Amino acid sequence: MCTVCGCRSGETRIEDGAEHSHGHHAHHHRHYGTGDAGDSVPGMSQSRLIQLEQDILSKNNSYANANRRYFAEHGIFALNLVSSPGSGKTSLLVETLKRLGKTHACYVIEGDQQTTNDADRIRETGVPALQINTGKGCHLDGHMIGHALERLAPQDGAYVFIENVGNLVCPAAFDLGEAHKVAILSVTEGEDKPLKYPDMFAAADVMLLNKTDLLPYVDFDVAIATANARKINPDIKVLTVSARTGDGLEDWIDWINTAQAELFAGCATTEAAE
Amino acid sequence: MHEMSLCENILGILLDEAASQNFSKVDRVCLEVGPLSGVEPEALRFGFDVVTRGSLADGAQLDIFEPEATATCAACGTTAVIQDRFDPCPSCGSHLLKIKTGEELRIKELEVS
Repeated sequence: MCTVCGCRSGETRIEDGAEHSHGHHAHHHRHYGTGDAGDSVPGMSQSRLIQLEQDILSKNNSYANANRRYFAEHGIFALNLVSSPGSGKTSLLVETLKRLGKTHACYVIEGDQQTTNDADRIRETGVPALQINTGKGCHLDGHMIGHALERLAPQDGAYVFIENVGNLVCPAAFDLGEAHKVAILSVTEGEDKPLKYPDMFAAADVMLLNKTDLLPYVDFDVAIATANARKINPDIKVLTVSARTGDGLEDWIDWINTAQAELFAGCATTEAAE
Repeated sequence: MHEMSLCENILGILLDEAASQNFSKVDRVCLEVGPLSGVEPEALRFGFDVVTRGSLADGAQLDIFEPEATATCAACGTTAVIQDRFDPCPSCGSHLLKIKTGEELRIKELEVS
């Protein structure tokens, strides 16, 4: 196990065959039992209290901030797509890339416990994609994304889509350095999902209601789902889409382009002010 | 169930502190875990025992302090204790609540030797 990234070496695999290795990092990793902490320190046997007040996720946050700096320096706009398994994230991404890929350089980082199926589907669209297999891990973290970016090497000004592990719980806690989290909920799920998994909908800036072509066949009320999401997050933007028919995709792509422009307009203003 | 990787993060911080503050054993860890942090304290306890086994914190006492969650209503300005993110403002019933406390997830202090 690696105590820096919180992942288990041997379980997390980033595509291209290489095991997630710990030999090439610029930072120093400490492994249990053999590191500095295994050394005894003479003269320090007396018990003492240390006030720490340190965020448990501080390490992940520092990796996420490094990713965010990298994105900012290269003009890259990154989104973190989160949802339960089966909400149609990959299909939605494929349809998004078919449209957006015509005008913008796009890249995808796929997170799943096992298989490269999703990255394979993305690559069929011609968009470069990299699969991260988290093994038993339930989420992507900032450190994995840093490594994936080294391999993927997105060009300046690109759009990077990170498809997180299908899980509405754990990915909420782990910042990856993205500009926005986008929560995807399909109409075959319950309208009360935002209430059942509030942390994710609190962390997301956008909720995409997918599979709207199935609305005539299911008891799903878009207004109730929207109201539930806004009980958690009054500012959340809600868009209805169908990856299958293409309905609503133009609005979704408009949102992406607008959010990208706003992010970098903000950066330019900050730089000018400095 | 990301409590296990959070515990690995905690151990990573303990190892860093051990190196920088010269200690070799952790006797007690005090955490602050807010009710809106997305973390289950019992799962954290389980993960902590598993992750710290054989480390400098093997057998360390884990104290978890659970602060109250509070929010301020953007509609009426009331600040109140809430239980869940979807709670309405107890004063006016609005859902325009901005969370003030309750999302804490941090190591407060350590007892080391």
